[in-house]
Amino acid sequence: MLQIQGLTKQFGTVRAVDGVTLSVPPGQMVGVIGRSGAGKSTMLRLINRLEDPTEGRVLFGDLDVSALKGRGLRGWRARCAMIFQQFNLVGRLDVLGNVLLGRSYAVATPRALLKLWAEQDKAIALSALEQFDMGLLAAQRADTLSGGQQQRVAIARALVQQPDVILADEPIASLDPRNTRTVMDALRRINQELGITVLCNLHDLDIAKAYCDRLVGMAAGKVVFDGRPESLTESEAHELYGLEAGEVIDLPMPVQVPAHVASARLADRRAASAH
Amino acid sequence: MVTAASSLPQRRVEHLDAAYRTAVRAKRRRALLFAAAFAVAVILAAISAEVDLLKLADKIGNFTSYLGRIFHLDDGRLVFADIGEWYWGISKWSRLLLETLIIAYVGTALGAAGALLVCFAAAANLMPKAWIRVPLRRFLEFCRTVPELVFALIFVIAFGLGPIPGLLAIAIHTFGALGKQFFEVAENIDMKPVEGVTATGASWPVAVRFGALPQVAANFVSYALLRFEINVRGASILGFVGAGGIGQDLIEAIRKFYYSDVSAILLLIIATVVVIDLVTEQVRHRLIEVEARR
Ligand SMILES: Nc1ncnc2c1ncn2[C@@H]1O[C@H](COP(=O)(O)OP(=O)(O)OP(=O)(O)O)[C@@H](O)[C@H]1O
Ligand SMILES: [Mg+2]
Repeated sequence: MLQIQGLTKQFGTVRAVDGVTLSVPPGQMVGVIGRSGAGKSTMLRLINRLEDPTEGRVLFGDLDVSALKGRGLRGWRARCAMIFQQFNLVGRLDVLGNVLLGRSYAVATPRALLKLWAEQDKAIALSALEQFDMGLLAAQRADTLSGGQQQRVAIARALVQQPDVILADEPIASLDPRNTRTVMDALRRINQELGITVLCNLHDLDIAKAYCDRLVGMAAGKVVFDGRPESLTESEAHELYGLEAGEVIDLPMPVQVPAHVASARLADRRAASAH
Repeated sequence: MVTAASSLPQRRVEHLDAAYRTAVRAKRRRALLFAAAFAVAVILAAISAEVDLLKLADKIGNFTSYLGRIFHLDDGRLVFADIGEWYWGISKWSRLLLETLIIAYVGTALGAAGALLVCFAAAANLMPKAWIRVPLRRFLEFCRTVPELVFALIFVIAFGLGPIPGLLAIAIHTFGALGKQFFEVAENIDMKPVEGVTATGASWPVAVRFGALPQVAANFVSYALLRFEINVRGASILGFVGAGGIGQDLIEAIRKFYYSDVSAILLLIIATVVVIDLVTEQVRHRLIEVEARR
């Protein structure tokens, strides 16, 4: 059971997350929804401890996650894998190398630094890749893959951590509709077949309703809705997004950065950073 | 006329024009003021340093006559008349020059290795703990602000004459200089890969090794090559204080008035530095191209 108690994160004067209390039973697939700036990303980062809370705490069973340090903290991060909107892979490293990084908590630091991965870890990584039809791309550099492929590598990396929880921060926001389905199906399958708890930030309400057991709506850092997807009324959706309810629900497609724009930006930045 | 600008009423245009002129005049005034202040500062500095232009003009002849003398052999002929005589010491000088290059090379390699090891811990984005980052930065600052010659002198006193003091002096200065350049490069990386690795439960060295290092590697090599160029120049005068290399013979030739030896050694050093500059520049450009193509 993942328990979040009065969790608060303050950035300067902004309360990005403001007194959130939630409990998530094992094996649930939770969609976190809300407009941009609602605090969804910050909440997931607080759970993984990429950020430290200003107030409140996170408990996992008997484990007080907010008090962890050093190796204990790393152990927790390994147990709650994170998936990012921009995939956050190591672009210059090959696919298998990226997935193996998911084993880096289990492996001693000097071995990991020298990429002396055990055969067994390689086998785990390859079979995780193969589950998403990526086994043959193991030797390819990650930054040569399409967005959908990169996200599948990221999910494979998360899986080899053998996590209890997966936190996915807008995993489909940079993907086209077909890849959106692939990635969401993968998350749902992991959730159902392996019983891994999934918390998934989504800004597409239709997708959230289609895939999740439970929706948590956030606005200005607070939880303003918590319940089954079908119990979310139009007026509640309205409050969440600050739009006419009909607009939200009838939105044909999620707002997304087209892949070619994203990769062009990436290329620009690379070129800029090379000088 | 349909342009927006010409449709403005005349009075409004005059008003804007006047405002523009005032702004330009203010800018020009500021520039003039700055130039005047700069000139005054230069004059004051010259007076306080007892710079005497007349004396400089008076003594410039000494300099040109020295230049003339070093290009003549002992028997009065121009050095080019007898290259064999001019470069009588070529085998010894080549050995010393090679020693200089080795001092520069090993010193650069040691300094760069040290800088590589610590630079990530000095970068604000990768090392949030100020009690590690700040003292480390001060230490790097110390290593690069103390001139190489001072370190070389101290080590000569401690370890005696020879190439080891020179090598250590170059290594320490390089450590400080490259350490700063390296952490500045590291502070401009894309943090997403680092977060991606950190979030898996990887230790800090692993997150840096995989998340940060691949992004900075080409830049680091380029800076290290540039530093090698600089260090070849630096190492060639380390011999002045007895810290090894060609500088030893150069200072001896100057002190003992072996005029033609001075020009022979100087030209040898200049030629070496030019060749090294050209080669490393080629390599660095190649690197930048490869990196840009990614
Ligand atoms: N590192 C930071 N420093 C300062 N402010 C931050 C930081 N991270 C987030 N914030 C602020 O906290 C608030 C919540 O941000 P967060 O990224 O959690 O929102 P979000 O719900 O994930 O939005 P989006 O849908 O756009 O990703 C925003 O006002 C944001 O500007
Ligand atoms: Mg977000």
